[in-house]
Amino acid sequence: MNLFRLFSRGQSGPAARERLQVLLAHERAVTGDSDLVGKLRDEILKAISKHMQVNDENVSIKMERGAQVTTLAVDIEIPFDAGRKAA
Amino acid sequence: MGKVIVVTSGKGGVGKTTSSAALGAALAQNGDKVVVVDFDVGLRNLDLVMGAERRVVYDIVNVIQGEAKLTQALIRDKRVETLYLLPASQTRDKDNLTPEGVEKVIAALKSAFDWVICDSPAGIERGATLAMRHADVAIVVTNPEVSSVRDSDRIIGLLDSKTLKAENGERIEKHLLLTRYDAARAERGDMLKVDDVLEILSIPLLGIIPESMDVLRASNVGAPVTLADGRSAPALAYFEATRRLKGESLPVTLPGEKRGLLGKIFGRKAA
Repeated sequence: MNLFRLFSRGQSGPAARERLQVLLAHERAVTGDSDLVGKLRDEILKAISKHMQVNDENVSIKMERGAQVTTLAVDIEIPFDAGRKAA
Repeated sequence: MGKVIVVTSGKGGVGKTTSSAALGAALAQNGDKVVVVDFDVGLRNLDLVMGAERRVVYDIVNVIQGEAKLTQALIRDKRVETLYLLPASQTRDKDNLTPEGVEKVIAALKSAFDWVICDSPAGIERGATLAMRHADVAIVVTNPEVSSVRDSDRIIGLLDSKTLKAENGERIEKHLLLTRYDAARAERGDMLKVDDVLEILSIPLLGIIPESMDVLRASNVGAPVTLADGRSAPALAYFEATRRLKGESLPVTLPGEKRGLLGKIFGRKAA
């Protein structure tokens, strides 16, 4: 049983190497501004709330770090009566 | 004028103190005059690893606060007469370690010793930044493991921005010391390889210290690895590292324990 596990397991070293390369490329780029996502979230919310009322809980901001680019996805639920309330 | 070396890593438990003691002892065994300084105020351990824990009277904070002279605080090793230890304080707050005080102590040590080895605490707080502040050379101790490599990357960034040399526009010499390396596991692909770590951190390699029982055994008896058993695999690796530190260009060998055929077949089960 142990032998089976030994052979069926993939190598984890290369995975460690890839994860580190992606992570560090980003960490080196944003040194000094570690809470970039938090800041963006606040500013985006501020901009939106000027025009309509949105619930804080209905905003989701996700960041996905890839090898070449980072994507920032902002997902906001806007209720039908949002525009009226703000006005 | 001596050279100031900081042994640093960011992450705790990777082997900074072990390496500080081993490299310091190895340099002293060659006849150089060496002082190893513990910067881990509040959690000192270098005294224990070097077997001097019962001889500490004064520490670096006493010297900085003017309560003791530097010569009173220095502890001379009983085995190697050119090896000295400046212990950290165990009870004081680390805020007592002032930038001005550290500067004075380092300047005094530099004029009296060939090598001043600063054993940095873990983290990136005051103790760690003060330990690296006056360094000419940095030894970044890293384990072949993701969190250690990430923290080392962070420390390299600090070395390039927060040290006196960096602020004066000079380059601080940086070396990688890869510790707790298990050649068999790396070979199987279950561990980051030497080349992986080198490529990611891109600083020159000072040495590879193999994972070994000899390291624990040495700390158990309070002797630097190079003094406990000078012919053990980690001791040989530390001796080689000191030769590179002194400028010799020596090829880095992978520390694979020499095993017979049976060992090769059955030895891997242990890992």
